[in-house]
Parts: sequence; C-alpha cells; structure tokens
Amino acid sequence: MFARNPSAIAGMLMLSVVLLVTLAGPWLMGADPFEIIAAPMTPPFSDEAMLGTDYLGRDVLTTLVYGGRATLLVGAVAALLSVSIGITLGALAGYYGGRVDAVLMRVTEFFQVLPALLFAMVVVTLFSPTLLTITLAIGIVSWTGTARLTRAEFMKYRNLEFVRAERAIGASHARILWRVILPNALPPLIVSATLAIGSAILFEAGLSFLGLGDQNRMSWGLMIGASRQYVLSCWWAVAFPGAAIFVTVLAVSLIGDGLNDALNPKLRER
Amino acid sequence: MLKLVASRLVQGLALVLAVVVLNFVLVHAAPGDPVETIAGASGGMDEKLQAELRAQYGLDRPLPVQLGIYLGKVARGDLGYSYFFNLPVSSLIGERVPATLALVLTSVLAAFLTGTTLGVLSSRRPNGALSQTINVLSLVGFSAPVFWLGMLLVILLASVFPVFPVSGMRNIASDGRGVADVIDVLYHLVLPAFTLGLVYLAQYSRLSRAAMLDVLGADYIRTARAKGLSERRVFYKHALRNAVLPVVTILGLQFGNVLAGAIVVETVFNWPGLGRLAYESVLRRDYPTILGVLLFSSVVVIVMNQLTDLCYRLIDPRIKTT
Repeated sequence: MFARNPSAIAGMLMLSVVLLVTLAGPWLMGADPFEIIAAPMTPPFSDEAMLGTDYLGRDVLTTLVYGGRATLLVGAVAALLSVSIGITLGALAGYYGGRVDAVLMRVTEFFQVLPALLFAMVVVTLFSPTLLTITLAIGIVSWTGTARLTRAEFMKYRNLEFVRAERAIGASHARILWRVILPNALPPLIVSATLAIGSAILFEAGLSFLGLGDQNRMSWGLMIGASRQYVLSCWWAVAFPGAAIFVTVLAVSLIGDGLNDALNPKLRER
Repeated sequence: MLKLVASRLVQGLALVLAVVVLNFVLVHAAPGDPVETIAGASGGMDEKLQAELRAQYGLDRPLPVQLGIYLGKVARGDLGYSYFFNLPVSSLIGERVPATLALVLTSVLAAFLTGTTLGVLSSRRPNGALSQTINVLSLVGFSAPVFWLGMLLVILLASVFPVFPVSGMRNIASDGRGVADVIDVLYHLVLPAFTLGLVYLAQYSRLSRAAMLDVLGADYIRTARAKGLSERRVFYKHALRNAVLPVVTILGLQFGNVLAGAIVVETVFNWPGLGRLAYESVLRRDYPTILGVLLFSSVVVIVMNQLTDLCYRLIDPRIKTT
C-alpha cells in the first residue's frame, strides 16, 4: 500500500538523499562551513564556489552539507521527546479517566496556550543556546497535539471487550496500557510522530533564523538568518539553505501522508 | 448558559495566573540578571550603582515577595517598565498591537476565505485537477519555512519586479495621517500578510476539503438527495454549513501558531509589531517586556480558545454542555 503511493516513495527518496548528504557529506568534504573561502557575495556557479558565497565569503555548498546535521539531529530528538511526553500523558489520561484525566487535561491546555515560539525563545535565551537547550525547548512546547490524539485513542480502546477481558484475568494496568492498547493505537500515533519531526525541524530552523540557535554549529536556518540583511544582493545564501529545509520537511510530510493513507483504510475509499 | 460562561471565565483566569507564575519563575531562574546586562551594555558599572539599580528594580527582595508584587501589579494592569526603553511595558505593547493586529487579521481572514472556498470547490470533484493542486500547494505551504517564503517573495516582488515595498509599515517620508496613509500601510501590508497567510491558506483548503468530503458521505445528505433537492442546494445549504464547523474551530484554536508566525514575518519584513518587540526584547534581555508580551499573547490565546469553545457549543447543538 505504502509502496504503491507515488508521493510517499518520492518522499522516501528525497529523505534518503538528504540523509546521505547530511551524514556522509561532511566526512567526504572535510571542510569548515565557517571558513571564508572566497570573496563575499560571489554568485553561484562560479569557479570558487559552486553555490556562491555569503556576505562574509563562506561557501554556501558547505553550509548545505554541514548544516543538515544540527537541524536533523535537533528535529529528530525533539520530536522523539515531544512524542514520548505526549503519548505517556495522553495514554494515562485516556485510560484512567476521571480525576487523572481532568488534571492532565488542564496541564495539556496550559502548554497549548503558551505561545510556542515565544516560550521557546525565552527558554533558549535564558539558558544559553546550545543544541541541548534548543531540543528541550522544542520538545516541551510541542507535545500537546500528540497527547490529545493518544488520549482519544486510548479512550476508544479502554472499553473494548478484549481490554476488559485482560482486566478480568487480572492483568496489571501497566501491561494493559503498554502491551495491549498501545500496539493497537499505534498507527495514528506513528503518523503524528512523523509530522512532529517535520514541525520540529521547522521550529529549529525558525529559532536559528532568529539567531537563537547554537552559534557554533552551522545550520540552515542560521545561514538564512545571517544573510537576511543582504538578501537583495545575495539571494543564493537564502534560497539554497531554505530549499534544503523545504525539501527535508516535504519529504517527511510525504512519508507521513503515505503512512496515514496506508494505515488508515477508511480514508482510502474516498 | 451563564453558568457555562462563568466556568469558562474562571478556567481562563486560572490559566492566565499559571502562565504569569511560570514566566516569572523561568526568568528569575536563569543565570545572570538584568542589571548585569545593563552594566555590560554601558561598558561597566561600579558595584554601588549596581546595588542601587537592583534595589530600584526590586531585584534584591526574596523571590516570593517579587512574585507577589508582580502579581499585584499585573492585576492593576501595570506590567512594569522596560529596562531598555524606560517606558511602561503596557504602553509599549499598546503601541505595537495595532500593527500586529492588522497583519494577523488580514492574513488569517484572507487565508480562511480563500482556503475554504478553494477547499469546498475542490470537494465537488475529489480527484480532479483542483483537488490535486490544493493537495500539492498545501504540502508546500506546510513544509516551506515561513521566513524563507517571505524572503523569496521579497526578492521576487520587491526587487526583481519592484512592485511592493521591501520592508517596514510606512514610507519613511510619510506623515502618518489621512487616507493616503491608510493606502500606504495597506500597500506595505500586502507582502507580509501574503507570506503569513500562505501557510494557513494551505491548511484551511486542505481541512475544508476533508471536512466537506466527510460531510458529503453522511446519511442526511443522502436523504436530502433522495428527497429530490437540487445538487446545488444539497451542497451549499446542507453540506457546507456543517463542514465549516471544524474549520472555524481550528481557526480559533490556532491563534498561538499565528502569533509565532507573526514573530517571524515581522522580523523578515521589519513590521513594527508585537512579534518584533518580543524578538528584540529577548535579545536585549529586557525581562519586563518579555514577560509582558508573553502574558499578553497568552491572554489573547486563552480568550480565543474560550470564545471558540463557546461558539462551537452554541453552533453545534449536539455538544452537551459540561
């Protein structure tokens, strides 16, 4: 099913290319993205720099190759964090219901109300922008969607007969939660997790663009943000890194969509 | 009904309180303090002056006392003084709100209207060309970083084809009055609003298309058709009204995201709004302003959430009031 979905396949191909370049590229290139290699604002397709240089003379191509690491690392780990928190809280709320549900829903509402970017900006600024703090900040503000989804799923499942049967034979709550219900509730959660990666990447790019990313690691957002003031004379420093972000997030979204179609038979009939 | 409004109000206030306390705790838990920042910015300050400043800003009192003082002030609408501007934070916010409001309202409204129209139209032929285009566009709109799109638009429409101004809200030479000024602002508003709206356009068209398809499969639509109603009537009078619900809900609940987008767009286009104020205060460690903006945006989001919730319960009689 997934294999027959052309856009999902396209997504996987794109992502593979991105991953290949990001993981193998720096090893093959052996360059320093912060190094000044040519005259500032050299246009692309010139002899010194394939994709041009930015306003300081840094090579844009090197940025593309090296910048993926920080972005993808933060994106993946932050998504993992937010999905973990979301699934845990959502599962507990949906399964136990009652008082537990009410309290957890208040907490979810609280985090949902916080303006995400603003809050992350504050956290990152206060605790010095390193990859760790950025990842934590993004993870902390992004989990509410997954939590609601998980809660809905678990509420659906907790009254079904096979779950009641487990209770009847004396299975512990922990076993029911994680080994009985969760495997069944997984499909929409997987889709949600995939989309979470995409939005975490965009979030990190946004923070780096605003200059709040880790200044010691080259990332795509950092190059775009740094070149913002020179965009009219030096469009390549903005266009190419942005395209890289776009392609990556697009790939992840296509995969997520493909997964959604594959795992959600009801939608296919439309 | 009144009970519902009252309970929502209480809930909202509790959330606001929690937000205020959280901000306060966060900012004061971080290393360093504003006096150090000011001292650094002015190239050094002797100890006595630092101590005086600390006393003046109330930074030498114990934390719980500071929190209590802050809460009291907030209740009276006093959000403190900006360290950087030396102006009351509330007036700073008040100054910038209209600009952000203009930007946000324009883009969201335009996105909602266009997106819903496109989505509804495309649902007539679920596999047609328009549908596929919308699918592709919405994917693009979701995946492309907002600031990148904005800058590409600037390059295209303000540099290569100099149709729109590059940045800012007004012409530098203008005196800010009269109809000419309104037109000037609108002229400057086009690119930023378009950039901000693009993301939501994608989202709403996709959502409304899905909602329409969902509704069109329902039993009552079948009944309407069986009764012999014209297709057009079934579509617009029966299906559309029900499909609009989820879109409106999302519209209301997404306000937090819109503010985040506004921060980025305002930075790209140098739009003098709340988002840019927040960003600059974060860089300058201007704590009162940061707290003030965070509080203000949270309150706005909370209000929008509660309003959306109430509206939803009013519109949809199937929802039982809890």
